[in-house]
Amino acid sequence: MQPQVEIQLIAAVVAVACALPGVFLVLRRMAMMSDAISHAILFGIVVAFLVVESLGSPFLVFGAALTGVLTVSMVEGLFKTRLVKEDAAIGLVFPVLFSIGVILISRFAGNVHLDIDAVLLGELAFAPFDRLMFNNHDLGPKALWVMGGILLLNIILIVLFFKELKLASFDEGLASALGFSPALIHYGLMSQVSLTAVGAFDAVGSILVVALMIGPPTSAYLLTDRLSRMLSISAAIGVISAVSGYWLAHWWDVNIAGSIATMIGLIFFLIYLFAPRRGVVALLRRRNYQRWHFAESMLAVHLLTHLGQPEEARECHRDEVHKHLNWQENHAKRVVRRALQDGYVHLDKDILRLTAIGKKLAGKAVVE
Amino acid sequence: MNGLNEKHKPPRDQAAIWVEDLTVAYQDKPVLWDVDLAIPKGVLMAIVGPNGAGKTTMIKAMLGLVDPVAGRVEVFGKPFREQRRLLGYVPQRTSVDWDFPTNVLDVVMMGRYGTLGWFRRPGKAEREKAMHALEKVAMDPYADRQISQLSGGQQQRVFLARALAQEAEVYLMDEPFQGVDATTERAIVDLLRELRKQGRTVVVVHHDLQTVPDYFDWVFLLNVRRIACGPVETFFTEENLRLAYGGRVAILGERKPIADDAKSL
Ligand SMILES: Nc1ncnc2c1ncn2[C@@H]1O[C@H](COP(=O)(O)OP(=O)(O)O)[C@@H](O)[C@H]1O
Ligand SMILES: [Mg+2]
Repeated sequence: MQPQVEIQLIAAVVAVACALPGVFLVLRRMAMMSDAISHAILFGIVVAFLVVESLGSPFLVFGAALTGVLTVSMVEGLFKTRLVKEDAAIGLVFPVLFSIGVILISRFAGNVHLDIDAVLLGELAFAPFDRLMFNNHDLGPKALWVMGGILLLNIILIVLFFKELKLASFDEGLASALGFSPALIHYGLMSQVSLTAVGAFDAVGSILVVALMIGPPTSAYLLTDRLSRMLSISAAIGVISAVSGYWLAHWWDVNIAGSIATMIGLIFFLIYLFAPRRGVVALLRRRNYQRWHFAESMLAVHLLTHLGQPEEARECHRDEVHKHLNWQENHAKRVVRRALQDGYVHLDKDILRLTAIGKKLAGKAVVE
Repeated sequence: MNGLNEKHKPPRDQAAIWVEDLTVAYQDKPVLWDVDLAIPKGVLMAIVGPNGAGKTTMIKAMLGLVDPVAGRVEVFGKPFREQRRLLGYVPQRTSVDWDFPTNVLDVVMMGRYGTLGWFRRPGKAEREKAMHALEKVAMDPYADRQISQLSGGQQQRVFLARALAQEAEVYLMDEPFQGVDATTERAIVDLLRELRKQGRTVVVVHHDLQTVPDYFDWVFLLNVRRIACGPVETFFTEENLRLAYGGRVAILGERKPIADDAKSL
């Protein structure tokens, strides 16, 4: 395989592996926890590295993932004392672990493949050079195997525990009352997030881990009302960001992870604006429609009130009606034009008369 | 007063729920203090008390959602942990996020998860039971509706349907009448009465004192400590209410100046 293709493949696999547990982080309002975990694991990675002296060992991956879970329990322990708020607890715990990690690197591991730049943004461009060899056969980039394994594990866990995750995320109390331990599910999810963060860390760094875990699910949330679809849309957005981010980096000759994070932000912004039902544009449109609809209803009620009455010619004259409704003349003209277009009224020698559907509109407005 | 209470206490193994010496504290602050309670099978019981009296905590303790500092809870003569299937739970409506990406039928099916246990997925049987429960609260036309599009009353009905789907013996409901319209209130009352007719036991945290004698046959007055418990006609008295509310209550519509010494009790 071309290194180009391999990089994109790794990026896409990392994106999906992060997006899946990220969905539950977003739904459980724990987005900040991914920030904490993805930084705090540096401490675990460095310590594990100093012990086993190899970056690729599975011991390192699990050892470092343990730090993630430890971070979560430290944050929660601190929060439970009620002396600190939860966001403050997060802000206290992970910078400490992260900076101890940074100090350890510069003190003891300065001359190896762990450096501070790579910590934040990863080294996706170099990922294809670290190959997995077996009996002198080249099996492909190591990162692809590690992340592929983690992705597979994430898919299996989410499929297996879909119902439990859904219940515990929606209603922790009921989950507990029904005998599903929410604490177990919580820590299971946190382990999954930690493991994913450690695996992805080497390739894409801690910033992108956060972006990949939170960005695609938040975008997907605006597009669907079903949890299962939210998962698949998040995965798709992750892949699109990974591939388009790669090409952006390629053309501009910049850091790949940074470009992917930029694409995630851009995609979110587009969805935020143009999501069919929840987007800003749809919202404004709906509001605009409601405003006109309300004005047309008022007009219809007014016409219905004077229908067939002696004063009708005066009250319902197209050039007079604004006085009786106490509207600006221009506004009234626009409402009349719309009502004519929508078929609620017709003109009978400059007198506005309700059509059948216009009467219905007025009737509905009165009932409401 | 306690002597009178004792008379209405069912024997331990016949009580639907039996609570003994229950004390619950958050940090150092006791929220429930040495509470004894025996709920006879088949009653429709209101839990009444001022804000912060520990009513929600009481329900949660009966479901094992909070760990008591002392005391124990039994359901039909056994520790509640062995009796989870028998308990149906209607949490306060505002305790969940109604923007969660799911629909009405899905939420009601959650009532079946306990019987399903780990791993097993809901199937046709669960769907049918959930639909049946939705019919009971007249929400079946909304089965496919996204939950964020429901009104407060509809949300409450969905929660009730979910509890019905649990097919429990004892229902514990936290303020099901909170913020619902008159139609829904009527529908909930009818449902509670039907459950009682079927011999189920229903425990409801209730805020509206006016309707207690009308809706319920049993009452539990609580304010950190147990104030009184028993049939409404005997125990839902002005004196007990004064004890529970600390002298600042307008009882049953009539506003009476209340003697200061009621507080000192
Ligand atoms: N998780 C909690 N941590 C600390 N204090 C709590 C917690 N939940 C409730 N409380 C306190 O316990 C007391 C009883 O609460 P609650 O059972 O909700 O009362 P009620 O439902 O009768 O209004 C209140 O003073 C409340 O502030
Ligand atoms: Mg309460």
